[in-house]
Amino acid sequence: MLIDFFLKLRQAKVPVTTKEYLMLVEGMQKGVVGSSIDDFYYFSRTCLVKDEANFDKFDRAFGEYFKGVEAIMGVEADIPLEWLRKQAELNLSPEEKAKIEAMGGWEKLMETLKKRLEEQKGRHQGGSKWIGTGGTSPYGAYGYNPEGIRIGQDGSRNRSAVKVWDQREYQNLDDQVELGTRNIKIALRRLRRFARDGAPEELDLDNTIASTARKAGMLDILMRPERHNKVKVLLFFDIGGSMDDHIKLCEEMFSAAKTEFKHMEYFYFHNCLYDYVWKDNRRRHSERTPTTDIMHKYGHDYKLIFVGDATMSPYEILQPGGSIEYANEEAGAVWLRRMLDVYPKAIWLNPEPEQLWPYRQSIAVIREIMEARMYPITIEGLERAMRYLSK
Amino acid sequence: MRFQGSDNYISTDDLTLAVNAAVTLQRPLLIKGEPGTGKTMLAEEVAKALGLPLYEWHIKSTTKAQQGLYEYDAVSRLRDSQLGDPRVHDINNYIVKGTLWQAFNADEPVVLLIDEVDKADIEFPNDLLRELDRMEFYVYETRELVKAKHRPIVFITSNNEKELPDAFLRRCFFHYIRFPDKETMEKIVDVHFPGIKKHLLREALEVFFEVREVPGLKKKPSTSELLDWLKLLLADDIPPEALRSKDKKTIIPPLHGALLKNEQDVHLFERLIFMSRHNR
Repeated sequence: MLIDFFLKLRQAKVPVTTKEYLMLVEGMQKGVVGSSIDDFYYFSRTCLVKDEANFDKFDRAFGEYFKGVEAIMGVEADIPLEWLRKQAELNLSPEEKAKIEAMGGWEKLMETLKKRLEEQKGRHQGGSKWIGTGGTSPYGAYGYNPEGIRIGQDGSRNRSAVKVWDQREYQNLDDQVELGTRNIKIALRRLRRFARDGAPEELDLDNTIASTARKAGMLDILMRPERHNKVKVLLFFDIGGSMDDHIKLCEEMFSAAKTEFKHMEYFYFHNCLYDYVWKDNRRRHSERTPTTDIMHKYGHDYKLIFVGDATMSPYEILQPGGSIEYANEEAGAVWLRRMLDVYPKAIWLNPEPEQLWPYRQSIAVIREIMEARMYPITIEGLERAMRYLSK
Repeated sequence: MRFQGSDNYISTDDLTLAVNAAVTLQRPLLIKGEPGTGKTMLAEEVAKALGLPLYEWHIKSTTKAQQGLYEYDAVSRLRDSQLGDPRVHDINNYIVKGTLWQAFNADEPVVLLIDEVDKADIEFPNDLLRELDRMEFYVYETRELVKAKHRPIVFITSNNEKELPDAFLRRCFFHYIRFPDKETMEKIVDVHFPGIKKHLLREALEVFFEVREVPGLKKKPSTSELLDWLKLLLADDIPPEALRSKDKKTIIPPLHGALLKNEQDVHLFERLIFMSRHNR
């Protein structure tokens, strides 16, 4: 029962598990939902989807799987003839009504329908005779026959489930989409690594009490070091040129990172990393920091994050003297590899959408240098990146 | 037992279904949604509608899972032992029951609210897996197993500040409270201010949804802000016309401080208004 639906969801990358599936079946068995597909849609969503980011994927899979099934739901139950007639009359225009008359009138139509219902055992889609959907038989929903009778499709209700999942209103919650500073912060929070080290200067109340009680009242004061977020981050921002398009995203990224990490150092570069970087864009020609100094100053335990679109001429990466600003003695690739040797935990965040990457040669080159550790700046991409960094 | 919304809580179809599913199948229901969409209210209203007592457990960043079960009050026991109190011989006197224990111990089914579960430490939900799944836990001090007499109806709310572990999610039903559309909003307002003038309400809702549409707001006003704002409008007896006046001086909605809680947002809003005024 519903196993295909379950597999379909997994195929659509909705993270559902057997336990949740069994919960769904249990609910169906206990009659949580009636025969209404609206209810079934809501219930299965409640059961199977545990993150609103997946609602859209779920809606699409649900829509695909149940395309047209809403008609069947009505057929399975006894159809009150009176209701059907009313329904059909609502849906029909005067011309259509005239055509029904041409077919032998309403009574005959209903009679044939009844006969078909008896003949038909299972669900049906397409074709020209059976009751189902998308066909040209006069019976079923979404048909092309003007004489068609809509079965079990409640046209007047504006909150019908079909609409609900066809609207796909949860679309913007999908985590492929970028959503402001706060979300970036939450993504970056994955990188937290709390640790207690340093001088023990905080009173460890719980352990003091436990220890004192254990010693039957001899006061035994225990101290412990304070808890810090120990993670250290080096951020390198590509600035200017093609990055101007992404300035808002980078600003958000920067402000989120700044509040999230206590030990954070940031530097700017243009297009590719060469032998110097800078901290202040207004004085970048006077106050430069040699890249080697950075490698010497900050230890191996720093996590290295590049933020840049990696969009440039491949020469700027691969050729000595390829920089568009000055004649660099060593190629950008050499500098990048050098950095990667010093900082094993390194990633590249790219504000360009991931689908674009294969079409830009320079992105491919940088990605290769980074050993494929390039992630898009979306919530989902950041999470992947942080998961990698925190491993 | 079926929940159908209540006199002062408007429940959408999908929410009602989720609640009833959780009640029938006795699984916890995890509620997410924008702040101010009535997540906490839901548990209160379900308890009221079903006529069950409500146990609330509000989570803070320092809350430990253990505190919901029980705490061993070593300090009182120590003091009592120094003073020679005979109570000291029975460890049971120093076990302080937590909210979960109280809910498990109740003689009738109860509603248990675990509020803002995402505020706690990342490991917090993992420490409650068995407790929420089997509705039982072990008290090490007295070597006894506490088992729920009736499985409580559990509501868990989250503001999405931390991701909850998969193992925890798998055991829950999930519902995301969508921001209400205009129709639902009208019903909600109607429930809270039955006497409100239709005209005023329509104008107010229009302004409200317009403010929500302003791009770049740090915190969009939500249902609870709207209700506060309406309360102020009613108290000040502001005529509906004032809300939508074309008079250039009063184009900023009156008492907008109730809708926008952030100084930057107010500035942004005023600036946008100012700009649009110049364009006219």
